[in-house]
Amino acid sequence: MTPMTLNGTPITVDAAPTELLVNVLRDDLGKTGTHIGCDTSQCGACNVLMNGEPVKSCTILLAQAEGAAITTVEGLAEGGKLHPMQAAFKEEHGLQCGFCTPGMIIAGIGIAERHGAGVDDATIAHELEGNLCRCTGYVNIVKAIRKGAADMGAGA
Amino acid sequence: MNIVKPASVADAVSAAKAVAGSGGDVAYLAGGHTLIPAMKARLRDPEQLVDLAALDDLRGIIEADGRLWMGAMTRHRDVAEQAGRIPALTEMALLIGDPQVRNRGTLGGALANNDPAADYPAAALALEAVIETDRASHAAADFFQGMFFTALEDGELIRRVGFRIPKRAAYAKFRHPASRYALSGVFVAELDEGIWRVAVTGCGQEGVFRWPEAEEALATGTDIASVTPPAASLMSSDIHASAEYRAHLCTVMLAQAAQGLQ
Ligand SMILES: Cc1cc2nc3c(=O)[nH]c(=O)nc-3n(C[C@H](O)[C@H](O)[C@H](O)COP(=O)(O)OP(=O)(O)OC[C@H]3O[C@@H](n4cnc5c(N)ncnc54)[C@H](O)[C@@H]3O)c2cc1C
Ligand code: FES
Ligand code: FES
Repeated sequence: MTPMTLNGTPITVDAAPTELLVNVLRDDLGKTGTHIGCDTSQCGACNVLMNGEPVKSCTILLAQAEGAAITTVEGLAEGGKLHPMQAAFKEEHGLQCGFCTPGMIIAGIGIAERHGAGVDDATIAHELEGNLCRCTGYVNIVKAIRKGAADMGAGA
Repeated sequence: MNIVKPASVADAVSAAKAVAGSGGDVAYLAGGHTLIPAMKARLRDPEQLVDLAALDDLRGIIEADGRLWMGAMTRHRDVAEQAGRIPALTEMALLIGDPQVRNRGTLGGALANNDPAADYPAAALALEAVIETDRASHAAADFFQGMFFTALEDGELIRRVGFRIPKRAAYAKFRHPASRYALSGVFVAELDEGIWRVAVTGCGQEGVFRWPEAEEALATGTDIASVTPPAASLMSSDIHASAEYRAHLCTVMLAQAAQGLQ
C-alpha cells in the first residue's frame, strides 16, 4: 500500500509499487485526464504536479510518489471554478483536439510559478520543450500560458 | 521486480550487494529519467531496484577546497538554481532536457550512465571533477571509460562530485531537436591563469573526450577559428548527424562557448 495525497485528499494506493504512476492514476484511480502520448518520455501529455512541480508521470514509479502530493488536471479547479491557467486555455483557444492540453496546463502552471506573472513568449516557448502538440497549436498555447500566468499573479 | 528504499548509504550498498551476490540484476534508482525509459524500452529489466530517494546526505551543494561539491542526488533543477558559483554549470543544467526532466534527473545518475550525448560528462572532464563513491575517489579523467561505461564497479554508489571552480567557463550545445541531447556539446574552462580545458560530448565514438588543439589555441591566444576540428574518424555517425557534420559542429560550438565565457 502506497500512501499519497491525490488532488488534496490523502489516499493509500493498492497497486504494484513498480507500476508507472501514470498507469496507476488512469487505471486504478480513474484520473484519465492524465494522458499517455509517447513511450519515450518526450511528449509531456502525462504531466502532473508532484509536490507542486510538474513531472512526467510516465517516468515515475508509484513507489517514487510515496508520501507525495500529486495534482492531476482534475484537481486544479476549485469549487466549480476553473484554475486561471485552465480558464486562459479556454479563452485563448489554447487547444484543438485537447489531447496535449492537460500536460500543457500543468507545464504552464510550472512556468508561471518559476517565471512569474510577466513571463514573456520566448521564455514560455523555451520552457515548453518537453510538451508536444500534434495539432501544432503552439501559438495559442503560448498566448494562453502568458494570460494564465498573468491571471495567477493577479490572484484570479 | 522489487523496490526498496534504504535509509542510509551503507544499507543501499548492502541491498545492492545482496542481490548482485546471488547473480541477480540490481539497479540504483535516482531520478529514473534514464533507467525508467530504458526499462520501458525493454533494454533493462532489473529484478531489484534500490531507490536512493531517502538518502538526504546525497543532496545539497557546498563550496570547499576550491571546488563546488554536489551530492549525487542533486537534481538538474537544483544545479540550475543553486550552483551560481559556477555560472557555466547552471547554464549547462538549464540545457538538459526540459523542465520536467530537470525536476527529476540527477547529477549522480547522469555521470553513472555516461551517455555519449549527455552534458555532465563534458563539465566533469573540463572542470577536473572528483567523483567520490562509497569506496573510492575517481578523477574524471579516469572515470569515463567509453560509451555508457565508467570506472564504477558493480554496486559502487556515487556520493558526491566536486567540480573545480574555474576562473571562467562556458558551455555551448547543439541540441538534437527532438531528444534535446547534445549532437555536439563543448565545455570550455580556464582553470587557472592560462590553463585551459576543452571537453566535447555528443560526438565521440568512445563518449566524452578532451580537445587538445582547442586547449592549446586558447592558452596561446591563437585564433580559435583556425583550430583543427577533432578527427572525423573519432566521431560517431548516425541518422542524426554524420561524423564530418559533428566535427564541424564542434568548431562552431567552440567559438560560441569562447564568446560566452563567464
Ligand atoms: C526526455 C529526456 C530528455 C533528456 N535530455 C537530456 C539532455 O539533454 N542532456 C542530458 O545530459 N541528459 C538528458 N536526459 C537524461 C537525464 O538527464 C537523466 O535524468 C540522467 O541522465 C540520469 O539521471 P537520473 O537521476 O534520472 O538517473 P537514473 O535513471 O535513476 O539512473 C541512471 C543510471 O545511473 C545509475 N545511478 C543513479 N544514481 C547513481 C549513484 N548515485 N551511484 C551510482 N549509480 C547511480 C542507475 O542505477 C542507472 O543505471 C534526458 C532524459 C529524458 C527522459
Ligand atoms: S507520455 Fe509521458 S512524456 Fe509522453
Ligand atoms: S491540441 Fe491536439 S495535440 Fe495539442
